[in-house]
Amino acid sequence: MLVHSKGARRAVWAVFFVLFLPLFALPLLVVVAASFASTWSGALPSGPTTAHYQDIARGDSLEALVTSLVTAVAASLLALTAGTWAALAAQRLRPRARRVLDGLFVLPVAVPSVVVGLSLLVAFSQPPLLLNGTPQIVVVAHTVLVTAFAYQSVTAALARLDPAYEQSAASLGARPAYVLWRVKLPLLLPSLTAAAGLCFALSMGELSATMMIYPPDWTPLPVRIFATTDRGALFAGAALAVALMAATLLVLLAVSRIRTKASYR
Amino acid sequence: MSAATGTRDGAPTAPTTPADPGAPSPSGIRFDHVSVAYGGNVVLDDFDLTVGPGEVMALLGPSGSGKTTALRAVAGFVRPCAGRVLIGGRDVTGLPPHRRGIGMVVQQYALFPHLRVEDNVAFGLKARRGRTGSRAETAARVAEALEMSGMAAYARRYPRELSGGQQQRVAIARALAIRPGVLLLDEPLSALDARLRSGMLAELARLHRELPDVSILYVTHDQVEALTLADRIAVMDRARLRDCGTPQDLYRRPRTGFTASFVGNANLLPVTAGPHGTADFAGTRLAVTSADGAAPGASATLCVRPHLVGLGEGPNALHGRVTEVQWRGATHRVYADVSGHRVMADVRELRATPEPGAEVVLHFAAEDAVLLPAGAGSAADE
Repeated sequence: MLVHSKGARRAVWAVFFVLFLPLFALPLLVVVAASFASTWSGALPSGPTTAHYQDIARGDSLEALVTSLVTAVAASLLALTAGTWAALAAQRLRPRARRVLDGLFVLPVAVPSVVVGLSLLVAFSQPPLLLNGTPQIVVVAHTVLVTAFAYQSVTAALARLDPAYEQSAASLGARPAYVLWRVKLPLLLPSLTAAAGLCFALSMGELSATMMIYPPDWTPLPVRIFATTDRGALFAGAALAVALMAATLLVLLAVSRIRTKASYR
Repeated sequence: MSAATGTRDGAPTAPTTPADPGAPSPSGIRFDHVSVAYGGNVVLDDFDLTVGPGEVMALLGPSGSGKTTALRAVAGFVRPCAGRVLIGGRDVTGLPPHRRGIGMVVQQYALFPHLRVEDNVAFGLKARRGRTGSRAETAARVAEALEMSGMAAYARRYPRELSGGQQQRVAIARALAIRPGVLLLDEPLSALDARLRSGMLAELARLHRELPDVSILYVTHDQVEALTLADRIAVMDRARLRDCGTPQDLYRRPRTGFTASFVGNANLLPVTAGPHGTADFAGTRLAVTSADGAAPGASATLCVRPHLVGLGEGPNALHGRVTEVQWRGATHRVYADVSGHRVMADVRELRATPEPGAEVVLHFAAEDAVLLPAGAGSAADE
């Protein structure tokens, strides 16, 4: 334990409650409170109502939530496939080539996502690859943005994987593809699900690149939250934010349950 | 067990058979002047060795001596930069590991943690199915391998639910299930505690009696394992093969000082060879056994095992002074200084132990003193 004396430990807890709680937890609680409010004149929102949620259940906000979910699932699956594939391939590269590949995958994270959105828009606005105005361009943008995280976490997991597993499997007569399916991927499963969860969460919250490219018939929920609050409907926006938060957490919870089952040691 | 075959002569191999890793054919391994280098660093240098069909060959050496590299060259995990590796007379130098038809057990067993014991053992059979046989045959072979290794009762367990010794048995069963002609064991007992280790040594010896056609290449740094199990021992040091012979041969008549000190303990004394089986050590003429007939006047190394050195007057008496006495249960080890050289004697537990500084006389029989060529004694002290 880093802090031994009782008094010091109390002081650390006090710092935590005074500094971190207001920054991390309170704003989220306030959003939840606001989503059930109709007025906000005092210190706290007031006039409790569930009207905003009823609006969500009725209107095209629900459609936006589904759009976000579909986009995030598609983007994280694509990113996971591409990232895992690339990480497996990178393992066999020479160190120099590997560093180049690492840099290439980190590029979309290093570049501001607005720029990524704009560049995709410019690049795919002309035939033969005309994606501008289609839902696909949103999925592509999200995939580009989150693949780096899948690539990095699978790379880290591969570095930790004892090569003796792969070698034992090969010595038993298993072809490389068989080793991949029956040994490597199952052993990587905990890391793969962790990466999938991260990609999904990032995609669910993506706004800046999406703003540049989303077509009118494919509006993800963050865009709708932005538009709603932008025109002054703060409480309706808060309700949408709570819906986004809940949906993301539910999916992450499901993913983490798979992960617990997949970890062996 | 089969008779030991020659080291440096032609391989006692079967005629070249078509590639069928499933067949339990007697194989044998041949290293044909194999060299392996990482970057410019040579880790295996012109390694030439033949393991006969059904023979147990121990590769013995300190860490970094190249023994594991030699094993990995057979498995196909390292590619030689020169020379060839043959299994059962078939050149496998360019073959990927999965087409070599070998069984392998590594130090940490590497059991697949996501598979039950039975699925671990069946892994090799399933991976080759189509090449070997039906589902029923797989099940029968898994049962047989588990029975042989005494793990039949644990078939439904996961590796994490087993002790180290049990995991070891499963790893051996997994390697044997594919009925390999060659079994590679890479320090298989080093992760076990001393008591389990001696039990597993007996197990391995029994397994080999039951599977007399399987050639075993056994990598270890433990001389007891090598002496117990091997038909022949290949002693390695600094990327090279230093000596090769039966355990008795290497122990009684080591050809190099390195072998003498690594296979059992040894007193290595600098001497000058004399005429007719004699040698001069610090002004004392000793009667010795000279295998190579060293030329009189040439400097040489005399190897005497500590347990063959006695206290008191006798043939080849050496006068010295006790420097230290260690009690080792059944024996006492007496360290003495004889003309500036340290001599060890392991004697039956003494009633009156000599004090350090006391005068002592040591002796040994001529047939227990082996004359080695000079420079051979360059090995490290124990």
